[in-house]
Amino acid sequence: MAAAGVGIAVLLPFVSLVMWSLSSRWFYPQLWPRQWGLRAWQYVFSTAGPQILAALGQSVLVAATTAAISVAIGIPAGRALGLYDFRGKDLVSVVLILPVIVPPLCVTMGLHLWFIIMGLAGSFFGVVLVHLTFCLPYAVFVMWGIFSNYNPSYEEQARSLGASAWKVLVRVILPLTFPGIMVAGLFSFLLSWSQYLSTLIIGGGKVTTLPILLFALMGSGDRPVAAAVSIVFVAPALLALLFSARYLGGKGIAGIR
Amino acid sequence: MTTNVTSTGNNARTRPNPGLPVIGRLVAPALLVVTVLFGGGLLLGFLQGLGYLPAAGMKVFTLQHFANVLADPDFFRSLGLTLYISVTSTAAAALISIFMALVLTSLAQRHRVVHFIFQIPLTVPHLVIAVAVVFMFAPTGLFSRAALKLGLINSSASFPLLTNDSWGIGIVCTYVWKEVPFITLMILSVLRRTGVELLEVGKTLKAGRRQRFFYITLPTIFPSLGAACLIVFAYTFGAFEVPFLLGQTYPMTLPVWAYKNYSDVDLLARPEGIAIGLIIAAVVTTAVVASQLLTKAARRRGLVL
Repeated sequence: MAAAGVGIAVLLPFVSLVMWSLSSRWFYPQLWPRQWGLRAWQYVFSTAGPQILAALGQSVLVAATTAAISVAIGIPAGRALGLYDFRGKDLVSVVLILPVIVPPLCVTMGLHLWFIIMGLAGSFFGVVLVHLTFCLPYAVFVMWGIFSNYNPSYEEQARSLGASAWKVLVRVILPLTFPGIMVAGLFSFLLSWSQYLSTLIIGGGKVTTLPILLFALMGSGDRPVAAAVSIVFVAPALLALLFSARYLGGKGIAGIR
Repeated sequence: MTTNVTSTGNNARTRPNPGLPVIGRLVAPALLVVTVLFGGGLLLGFLQGLGYLPAAGMKVFTLQHFANVLADPDFFRSLGLTLYISVTSTAAAALISIFMALVLTSLAQRHRVVHFIFQIPLTVPHLVIAVAVVFMFAPTGLFSRAALKLGLINSSASFPLLTNDSWGIGIVCTYVWKEVPFITLMILSVLRRTGVELLEVGKTLKAGRRQRFFYITLPTIFPSLGAACLIVFAYTFGAFEVPFLLGQTYPMTLPVWAYKNYSDVDLLARPEGIAIGLIIAAVVTTAVVASQLLTKAARRRGLVL
């Protein structure tokens, strides 16, 4: 009973998106499309293909760059917070959690003027920087959790066997924390992937990611096309979930919002 | 050399401090990014909210923009609507999540598929689910068609308004759909950690189901539940996409109103947009600090773990 309820509640929105994207003639009050067709998908991949694929590429590039920087900065910070107690640790953790709590709206508006002056507004890097502000804390907190269950004596052993600092990093630290790194990367990627307002304000219409395009399509009222683009937009998220269930035992994704 | 192969989870408490230079090098990049980008953004937002916008020839600090916003009769309507939406969404999601957590622990491992499906909303962007809600809830959407087919209504006009409506039903449903798995998984991780020992003790002491729930389960999950609810409240109070797509044109939620002012062609409306943004941040921060203090007080009195 409960299982069926969960299944229907979760899957119904996707069913309606798929049905709309595959309908070519579907008027009110028909419960079922009168005619199925691939018009919307043809539009997505051929008529408006260059534009939509460009937005897809832009989204992937922004999210991947943001995730890579988040993880690179999050690993050392998570290591310090997870392994050691130090003076000012409470303050550091409060500062790092603030971007998670305070809504991004006013920060983005504040940054906008500064980015205009520095020539970052409307640029790829400007959008990555504003996404980084909100994605980095998640990477730090994931890595904090990983390092509080991490045993650094393996590093000492490697060093005593003559491994260089680089070798310790590549052969010991990274492999031992790999599941955490994947989760931190996924968190940051998905968070950046679904950003709309910060991209709109900082990107100023010049950095067109998928959500920007999707909003424009919803305004145009072409439901089948909006449905098809929504499916393209949600696909990486579902792939990430499958990936985590397969490789991280399904526990990895808990806590993503 | 002794090697401790089993991880303790207490690294921070057992490991000697390597000294401030080492710690500093490790946390500096993250602190730098957050203080410069987040702190800097907030500071510049403040300056502009106070009317300091040299590029537009405004060089005097003034509280006028905040005063304008607070004196606007629409402000309290917007604030009320925003609070209503975020409190309702958070409360509904929390109640469903408690129920779901109890159901899922009783289902245990048999239903791996249910556990998997249940996690799907975690990764789905809010925007996608808002689009799907339009397709389902709109007057010409799936639900309206189904109701007509079943003879519950006789035209699309008699279908209740569920999107762009004054009760924000579509918005609340979107948030509940999205946040229930998040809160549930936060609760589940506590329930799995604490195990069933306490409940069994309660059972041997002849505590009924109700008593076990209110005196054992609820106090155990409260800290996680509270933290999760706080995150959901903070998010829904400051979020833009969902109310922008599913909300009515008047009154608007605070974030939508803030952006409308900010993107106005009239540059003078911009500081007011930022002022609204800062008020949103202030409300959320106050809520977080107040609930932390309340939790501390409750913990001192032994009401929660």
